[in-house]
Amino acid sequence: MTTIAVVGTGLAGVRAAEALRAEGYDGRLVLVGEEAAQPYDRPPLSKQVLLGKCESQDIALTDEDLRAVLDAEWLLGTRATALDPASRALTLVGGRSLHADGVVIATGARARTLPGMPQLHGVHTLRTLDDAHRLREDLSRPGRVVVVGGGFIGAEVASSARALGHEVTIVEYEQKPLLRQLGPEAAGILGRLHTDHGVALVTGVGVTGLVGEEGVREVELSDGRLLPAEVVVVGVGAVPNTEWLTGSGVACDNGVLTDERCRTTEPGIVAAGDVAAYRCRGGRLRIEHWTNARDMPVIAAGSLLATLRGQDPMAQPVHDPLPYVWSDQYGVHLQIAGRPGVDDMLELVSGSFDDSFAAVYRRDGEISGVLAIDSPREFGRLRRDLRSAWSIR
Amino acid sequence: MIQLCPIADLTPGAVTRIARPDVPVPLALVKVGERVFCVDDTCSHETASLSDGWLDGHEIECPLHESRFDLRTGRPDCPPARRPIRTHVVQVVDGMVCVEEASLALTAETAR
Repeated sequence: MTTIAVVGTGLAGVRAAEALRAEGYDGRLVLVGEEAAQPYDRPPLSKQVLLGKCESQDIALTDEDLRAVLDAEWLLGTRATALDPASRALTLVGGRSLHADGVVIATGARARTLPGMPQLHGVHTLRTLDDAHRLREDLSRPGRVVVVGGGFIGAEVASSARALGHEVTIVEYEQKPLLRQLGPEAAGILGRLHTDHGVALVTGVGVTGLVGEEGVREVELSDGRLLPAEVVVVGVGAVPNTEWLTGSGVACDNGVLTDERCRTTEPGIVAAGDVAAYRCRGGRLRIEHWTNARDMPVIAAGSLLATLRGQDPMAQPVHDPLPYVWSDQYGVHLQIAGRPGVDDMLELVSGSFDDSFAAVYRRDGEISGVLAIDSPREFGRLRRDLRSAWSIR
Repeated sequence: MIQLCPIADLTPGAVTRIARPDVPVPLALVKVGERVFCVDDTCSHETASLSDGWLDGHEIECPLHESRFDLRTGRPDCPPARRPIRTHVVQVVDGMVCVEEASLALTAETAR
């Protein structure tokens, strides 16, 4: 019997398994996940989970019905440590080996940490359910919170910590949060969202040290300032989990390199989700958005099955979605579509930049992105315009 | 029976949202061809109003996270929504779209 191993049990891994079964794959299916927890959804970790509004069962990605459909062997709490492409054998932690005819790499990414910092209590990153529970525990006590990094995770954690009554400061290396992703005007709007809700924003400085004995006491900034803190959350991006593929022949460069159909450089091995750097018309993209982890595995499953069935994988659909991300902060809902350039012009379509609005980015007159705050209907309409422009690019 | 709105108010290709004190939950009404569909307006995932979403034939897409619900069955096509939204049978009486009150009552399972 054919065996397909899906390595990674986050959203991308579960979606790959779902897609394989939906496409009629009836062979052996093994899911290998480093985390011991049943698969769960990550977006609520920085919001509802931190706020104590939902528990692990509320964010489960699988239920009894889905597990029955998947009919898979679940190797949870099991890290894959190596992959031999010739035999397509996975080495699992402890030395156990698993042979597979096809492999889906969905090992995701992990939170980046600040290099060279001491291990102190009260210093967190947020990526897993365990991380969220540890952070929630620390946030249950009074204390000042410093968030390092003003990206989506940093902003959502700051918003949650503020809602829990903490004094919160965001430290952002750039002059404005999300400046390089969204340009100066939008970054200014998002920055004001923080300050309007009583969160201090310190920009244009780096973090040079964490001071404390057992627990963190202060954050040292590059301009010499010391910020008192009982809790520090580091949200400075994510690193794709590709180290286990060293020596496998699967080419990696800031992620597993794939073609438009999620195929890696080794036959019978595909990749999807945060870990995958896929080729597309725009060059190469590695996208950490939830929507990409939902949609890319479907393409990966299709091309893997075509290969295993001896069909032409080139007849399968390609992965070239319009990137889409949302964020919930301070009770407002932010939506962004496309890949606007930092110099693209932001043009208001409806509402007001001081409140809720929908706006488009333009590059040489052409729409390149859509940004909206609390305007889902208008956002949907504009996104459709952008999608048409995207597909004829 | 609760009277929701005149059938003449429903435009094909558009969603009509009904949110009134005498209606237990917000509803979305959609006319596809000659048939009128009535579903819960709140996405089964979080709190988005589906009437803000995109309508495509018998499907309505959540404006926030893109799960598409089939108006005939209430089922979503992809995550983040996993549970169906409720669908309600409507009747047109004297030009008014009506729904049975019992159909709208929240059970322990559907109340969130």
